[in-house]
Amino acid sequence: MQKSDKNLLDINNLDISFIQARGAAHALRGIDLTIASGEILALVGESGSGKTVTSMSIMGLVPIPPARINKGSLLFKGNDLIGQPHAEMRKLRGKEIAMIFQEPAKYLNPSLKIGEQITEMLVLHLNMSKKQAVEKALEYLDVVGLGKSRRVLNSYPHELSGGMKQRVMIAMAICCNPSLLIADEPTTALDVTLQLQILKLIRNLKKQFSMGVLFISHNLGIVREIADRISVIYAGKIVESASNQNLFEDTLHPYTRALLQSIPDAEKRGHRLRAIPGSVPDAENIPSGCGFHPRCPLAQDMCSQEIPLTKDYGNGHSAACHMVH
Amino acid sequence: MHRFVEIKNLEKTYYGHGIFKSLKNAVKAVDRVSLGIEKKSIFGLVGESGCGKTSLVRSVLYLDPPTAGEVWVDNTLLGDLPASGLRSFRQRMQIVFQDPNSALNPKMNIQNSLEEGLVNRGFDAPRRKKQVSRVLDLVGISPSHSTRYPHEFSGGQKQRIVIARAICMEPDFLVLDEPVSNLDVSIQAQIVNLLQDLKEDLGLTYLFISHDLNLVAYLSDRIAVMYRGRLVESGSTDEIMNRPLHPYTLKLFSSIPGMETTAMTDDAGNMPESSSDGVKPVSVDTRGCHYIDLCPLRGRECAARDPQLETVHGSHKVACFKINKCMRRIISTKP
Repeated sequence: MQKSDKNLLDINNLDISFIQARGAAHALRGIDLTIASGEILALVGESGSGKTVTSMSIMGLVPIPPARINKGSLLFKGNDLIGQPHAEMRKLRGKEIAMIFQEPAKYLNPSLKIGEQITEMLVLHLNMSKKQAVEKALEYLDVVGLGKSRRVLNSYPHELSGGMKQRVMIAMAICCNPSLLIADEPTTALDVTLQLQILKLIRNLKKQFSMGVLFISHNLGIVREIADRISVIYAGKIVESASNQNLFEDTLHPYTRALLQSIPDAEKRGHRLRAIPGSVPDAENIPSGCGFHPRCPLAQDMCSQEIPLTKDYGNGHSAACHMVH
Repeated sequence: MHRFVEIKNLEKTYYGHGIFKSLKNAVKAVDRVSLGIEKKSIFGLVGESGCGKTSLVRSVLYLDPPTAGEVWVDNTLLGDLPASGLRSFRQRMQIVFQDPNSALNPKMNIQNSLEEGLVNRGFDAPRRKKQVSRVLDLVGISPSHSTRYPHEFSGGQKQRIVIARAICMEPDFLVLDEPVSNLDVSIQAQIVNLLQDLKEDLGLTYLFISHDLNLVAYLSDRIAVMYRGRLVESGSTDEIMNRPLHPYTLKLFSSIPGMETTAMTDDAGNMPESSSDGVKPVSVDTRGCHYIDLCPLRGRECAARDPQLETVHGSHKVACFKINKCMRRIISTKP
């Protein structure tokens, strides 16, 4: 347990299922993740692979029941967050762990002015007076590139554009100086020209405040721009983790390789794309053995019977596959 | 003689409500767009959201007739057709929408959804069934599933069904409005391959709309870049990808992860920032280049007159007054 001193967040073998009338949905099947301060870890996966359940479980926002935590631990600064009372989690959320979401429009209260929404957190978590909080809010609007604008503070969310709303969301997330920022697909709903600006902003903020960042995305191109380390998740299991460079240059897991090959670009013109056959399994019926085996080009008999263990291949590069040696 | 699809000076203006407001609030969504698509080719249209891509498509298909301009498909002027003629002509032009979840009627099974158009064409029941099985087979859905409802399929399968419905009418011109952007990464490639196969097998012509430049570059024969209702640059895929010239195209390309292009800087060396207001609608009386507020090369004439698409080299056209400066900059920055 010495590792947990160094790491900001240390998820060990976390296993969560959702109990439903038609059977259990096994959302996370024992995942391991670590994030250090001042590091951006990207979690890459397709829809239904368990990305959002991971982030929600860190925030303590997974509803229990229907969810059930089967095993595993979730250490944040050395304390296990699982089983913490609600009151404790409420003190952490927003202050120590903050989150930005995919669609800023959905997560801002449409009937409150931006200023009220930002200062609310400052008054609650940092016991500031209303006046101090407004000053602080202006300061953070400046940090996220909106300028010290009282106009923004006095606007309602619908008066701002998508990019501005996402900046406001980021300002809200960082204003209590959190040590961990969770960014769940923060650029997916934005235009391409804004995308890069938001990525740059997150990268600068990481440096400026030495936050740990969990960056969730399905887009390997974006992840390559921003992440220090990358974990690839498939059907509730981390299949490969590596540093940014290693993942792209020395890909180990067949799923990661297939994903990289299936992305179209100008160089592949005239050739057929190497598509992955079949579709993503849903959490209710995950294939036996390795979750990827029905779609895997390398699959052998063994793959459908035994769940592959995660093996370390040096330099912090690990993969869970029987066929990687 | 026209190309297979020929769009000439297409304009689409949306008016506000009320007698006095109607002109004041008018928004020019598409502004004198001209483009031609060769038969059996793929034409890619790129632009940010709000730049008028979807308005253009709706006007081209006469789902929303254009305010001005001409649309020719296979030497037929669509504006001249009477309503009934347009209706029967439309079987030759079909569209695939972005979100397969909202494009299929949840209360109709697949068979009924697909054969609706065939009923209009006067097919009898056995022929309809045969045609539906044929197209489902083409897109890789088992025809025995035709009695199922949309919710029983995954997103990728639903998109296959939407494509099947489009080709069911045996069209020769297909508009694809962001057909894969709502799908998972591993499914996207399957659909892209399917679209390529169908184009070869059925001799289709595609107008492909997307904001994913990598995908457009992979798929298209020709590319046009749209900004605030106007085309700013068009050319063959090689011309656009290897030698983008318009300042906006460069800006767009530079913001895509994995692209090697660098955006143009102004004289002080600053990158142009996107306005955080996003793409603003253009009112009818706006004059001059629409990119002027953000352009690092802007000058006096840019505000005074509207730039026109002018040929630079081969089929490469750019709408910019500062084109010579653009070219010089690019040559000087390239090693």
